[in-house]
Amino acid sequence: MKIAIASGKGGTGKTTIATNLAYAAAEQGRLAVYLDCDVEEPNGHIFLKPTVDEERPITRPVPQVDASLCNGCGACGQACQFSAIVCIGDKPLLFPKLCHSCGGCVRACPTGALSEVPREIGTLRIGRSGQLGFIEGRLNVGEAMSPPAIRAVKAAAPVADLTIIDAPPGTSCPVIESVRGCDMVLLVTEPTPFGLNDLGLAVEMVSAMKLPMRVVINRAGRDGKTREFCDRNGIRILAEIPDVRSVAEAYSRGALIAELSPTYREGMECLLDALGQGVAR
Amino acid sequence: MRIAVTAQGTDREAKVDPRFGRAKYFVVVDTESGQLEAVDNNVNLNAVQGAGIQAAQKVAALRADAVLTGNVGPKAFTALQAGKVTVYVGVVGTVREALEKFQAGQLKQATAASVEGHWL
Amino acid sequence: MKELVVISGKGGTGKTSVVAAFASLAKRAILADCDVDAADLHLVLEPEVLQRHDFIGGKKARIDHEQCMSCGRCQAVCRFEASSMTGPGNDLVSKTYRIDPLACEGCGVCVGVCPVSAIALESTTAGEWFVSQTRYGPMVHARLGVAADNSGKLVSTVRTAASDLAKQHGLGLVIVDGPPGIGCPVIASLTGASLAVVVTEPTLSGLHDLERVAELTRHFGIPTLVCVNKWDINPDLTERIERQSVAMGLKVAGRLRYDGAVTAAQILKQTVIEHSALGVSEDMTKLWATVSAVLEVERQ
Repeated sequence: MKIAIASGKGGTGKTTIATNLAYAAAEQGRLAVYLDCDVEEPNGHIFLKPTVDEERPITRPVPQVDASLCNGCGACGQACQFSAIVCIGDKPLLFPKLCHSCGGCVRACPTGALSEVPREIGTLRIGRSGQLGFIEGRLNVGEAMSPPAIRAVKAAAPVADLTIIDAPPGTSCPVIESVRGCDMVLLVTEPTPFGLNDLGLAVEMVSAMKLPMRVVINRAGRDGKTREFCDRNGIRILAEIPDVRSVAEAYSRGALIAELSPTYREGMECLLDALGQGVAR
Repeated sequence: MRIAVTAQGTDREAKVDPRFGRAKYFVVVDTESGQLEAVDNNVNLNAVQGAGIQAAQKVAALRADAVLTGNVGPKAFTALQAGKVTVYVGVVGTVREALEKFQAGQLKQATAASVEGHWL
Repeated sequence: MKELVVISGKGGTGKTSVVAAFASLAKRAILADCDVDAADLHLVLEPEVLQRHDFIGGKKARIDHEQCMSCGRCQAVCRFEASSMTGPGNDLVSKTYRIDPLACEGCGVCVGVCPVSAIALESTTAGEWFVSQTRYGPMVHARLGVAADNSGKLVSTVRTAASDLAKQHGLGLVIVDGPPGIGCPVIASLTGASLAVVVTEPTLSGLHDLERVAELTRHFGIPTLVCVNKWDINPDLTERIERQSVAMGLKVAGRLRYDGAVTAAQILKQTVIEHSALGVSEDMTKLWATVSAVLEVERQ
């Protein structure tokens, strides 16, 4: 099963939940893997402290011109929807950062003057944290587009009983790329006006993707608006994590809360059960 | 010489459009014959990316030797250079005034983009 | 005209609360909410919408189900897994191909290979943006469409509208509420800005993400200030972050304490400054004094 941990608002606790859930599942003996798809700001490694077995560049194909074969017809520039290749002065001019790697220009070229070469956009790190598989994608600073790096993380994922995907914040294309193909989305929210507003946006996004969703309320308090919202929309709340200083402090220093105390470990195991992913104890 | 000017209208009295990629029109004047041609740049107004590059290609395809405008970003500048179009930025006033300043040698040729790109 | 952009790297550090406070303190600025896929500033500033504009996003491919003969060539060439045989039947075939607009990147390769020309690229409306009035002056904000892309372009649109407004109103300052991360919406918020303020938190995640977003602002040559929010949750990490910031050539602009007033104000739709005079409000006031002083310097 593949579960994506997402939110609308940043800082609600996605990485806290994702790392602790994945860790608890692996400790229970499940074949589990954690994928850090927040390639712009990957933080899973802070908590899981993985042993990295392999590090390799993430690349995407961009066009290259063989000038000896090019006849300046401009078909490549006509085909490209992104202005990554244009014909000016009878010669193709390349803007690799605009390229979406669709291969359209290569198809359009009548003389075979275009081929594709890899362009590096980030780094993939593959390893493990105890029994848990770990894969992280890290986008190079200055690169604008995350989805290709996110696809690379998912492509590198091994087969597992349980795959936990740590998604970036927001509701646009990086989150969609992270969440696509998952069996369920767990939305982590906080009971504040901003949190509730962004939860609404996230729910719209997941609904548009036609995926089942559940909610975890982090830093839960007495405010009932989030619960009302979930009830009104028929979304099950699987857990409420109280606003407790010890959790905040553990997070701030990069500790797994499941290691803090048996109570938190059990809490994570209960959450796994609620997701249908616990093992009989 | 053929000079292209980014413009908000289609004749010599039109104001220079400070944008290059999303300029409303390109007014191209042949300095020898005095003939004027105005080309609509509407297709680039809503372009998601590459407006500057497409505009540069259009200007090069119009066989302009130089372009007078407000600002040019880095990719548009590279594309204009590839098209052998010399670039003049910071140009204000009407198309007529811009052309007069150009012919009087009062405009300085740009050696680089005058503004940052937007995000890519 | 100066543009101040508040960013964070890590999400949830308090950017929007800080921007709302700055709006209270600056009093004569244009506000721009560039966190277009999770906008929250309007919840506090309660803008009255004066103008609404469609945001035209990128093109998407669409198959005409009446023409499709289910040859599958579109699926074979698509590198984004956007085409699948999930469309309705027609006179010829019981199922046709369908393009998933969430996956389609608008490259047009399928359009070229379709033997019956059943596919076309179409412009899409991917959201909307607004010019509004708030109690602190004009505000430009936006809503990206559900599951839409091209947020970079929408951010650019918001910023351009905000600077145009600044010129119109004779105001010298635009304050931008930026998005989290370092990708295209953040880049679109930063290019050409006068000053960036990174709001972070005293956690290892906050430190890690600050380093990456600071690398981004350095890449774009934008002077950058750092402020640790909720600093008293971990004073040691706060000091470590401040030392690291200085080592990276960033100036430390101030510290904001943890204070329940932030959420209390949010619930009441107030800025922290409107809500209380003491506590984090004092810290925000000091922060603004430092930030505006640096902006003045940048003005020269």
